[in-house]
Amino acid sequence: MHILDRFRDAETGRALLGRVFVLAERAREKLGRPPVFMEVCGTHTVAISRAGLRSLLDGKLELRSGPGCPVCVTDYGDIDTMVAFGRLPGVTVGTFGDMVRVPGSTTSLEEEKARGADVRVFYSPADAVQWAEANPGRQMVFLGVGFETTAPAIALSVAQAQAQGVKNYSVFSANKVVPPALHALLADPELRLDGFILPGHVSAIIGRRAYDFIADQYGLPSVISGFETLDILDALYHLLQQVLAGEARVVNGYTRVVREEGNPRAQALLKQFFDPTDVSWRGFGVIPDSGLQWKPEYRAFDAAARFAPEVAEPRIPQGCRCGDLLKGKLTPRECKLFATACTPTHPVGPCMVSSEGACAAFYQYERRGAVGARE
Amino acid sequence: MCLGIPGLVVEVKPESDRAVIEIFGVQREISTFLVGEVQTGEYLIVHTGYAIEKLDVEEAKIRLKLWEEILKDAYPGQVS
Ligand code: SF4
Repeated sequence: MHILDRFRDAETGRALLGRVFVLAERAREKLGRPPVFMEVCGTHTVAISRAGLRSLLDGKLELRSGPGCPVCVTDYGDIDTMVAFGRLPGVTVGTFGDMVRVPGSTTSLEEEKARGADVRVFYSPADAVQWAEANPGRQMVFLGVGFETTAPAIALSVAQAQAQGVKNYSVFSANKVVPPALHALLADPELRLDGFILPGHVSAIIGRRAYDFIADQYGLPSVISGFETLDILDALYHLLQQVLAGEARVVNGYTRVVREEGNPRAQALLKQFFDPTDVSWRGFGVIPDSGLQWKPEYRAFDAAARFAPEVAEPRIPQGCRCGDLLKGKLTPRECKLFATACTPTHPVGPCMVSSEGACAAFYQYERRGAVGARE
Repeated sequence: MCLGIPGLVVEVKPESDRAVIEIFGVQREISTFLVGEVQTGEYLIVHTGYAIEKLDVEEAKIRLKLWEEILKDAYPGQVS
């Protein structure tokens, strides 16, 4: 068997799950309630739902989703701005696929496309630069949505446009960084949490050390995890061990990819191209220094500066609990609209749209339980 | 969004900081700018057309070994 296939071995999974059961039971006795852990990565959200871990661990430990899906945490105001770009004459909007169907205050990029806006999905921002070069008569505005994992690629697309003299390419940066959001969560007195499962690929960029504050300032255990079911079980195992020992450390469970100090080249790029800025996250409001805005040297590629589209005050739809969900205050099945008024075909909030949103993951993999629970 | 997939390097193009990788039998060219020099036979984690890190196979083996160790320990009252 290939070495990487062994990370999917079902027998090891069952055995690890058995160990997690035992430790979770002890942790429950110690705490007087089931321990609660939060994952802060959309890819983990999907992996947990797909493996059915939540129902397997039901009553023993609780798994909550946090602000780990970049599309979901994008605020209404920013989505409205993205939609507004699509209405500008001569502008083609380039985006990652997940953003297209996210509803803003009144409409989504998909609806705008049906009305004639030119909206194109790209796998890589580099492809959007190529498209701009091949279509000099159009202005390509790329939507920069993502965390530390994605922002270096966005920065490199601007470097590429600059090097190739592509003047009709610009980026609307809604890029964000994760640690300030963790600070915001941890400072919330209502949050009842026993540990974090930390995002593997954000960590590949920023490194294990970037999270030391979780243990040092807040005394909470955390584990950086990979994306196989075994990785997640391993993370739970190491979280539970810390809970039982009364310890708080940042354990690196994804050492095959994540280094202590992260990826220095990627970090240098982020420093070179972006300044930290205060931005609003859905459910959180403004989080200091959590956004990435273009440095003055790159203003020429800043779509917000180039076009400054007018956007009205956002109108927030009634009933969507996406914001509370991103703060770990509830699970999708506690939202009254879940699987009734809000479905993947008629999404009310972004948590139902993004393939990595908790509501979408619940709908696809855990709906039966949800319906049963409500009846 | 932060989805990263391990791909095997099958061809290196050092002059352009690019490499051809294979993921699930499909080949695709990606940028290696963020990870520096790469060699055929290495695994890279690929995100939106860019390798963001190398996958360290030795570390993968250490992890698997650790699980073996964990699973050797018997816990009293264990259910599985
Ligand atoms: S189910 Fe729909 S309406 Fe409810 S929180 Fe999720 S996205 Fe919002």
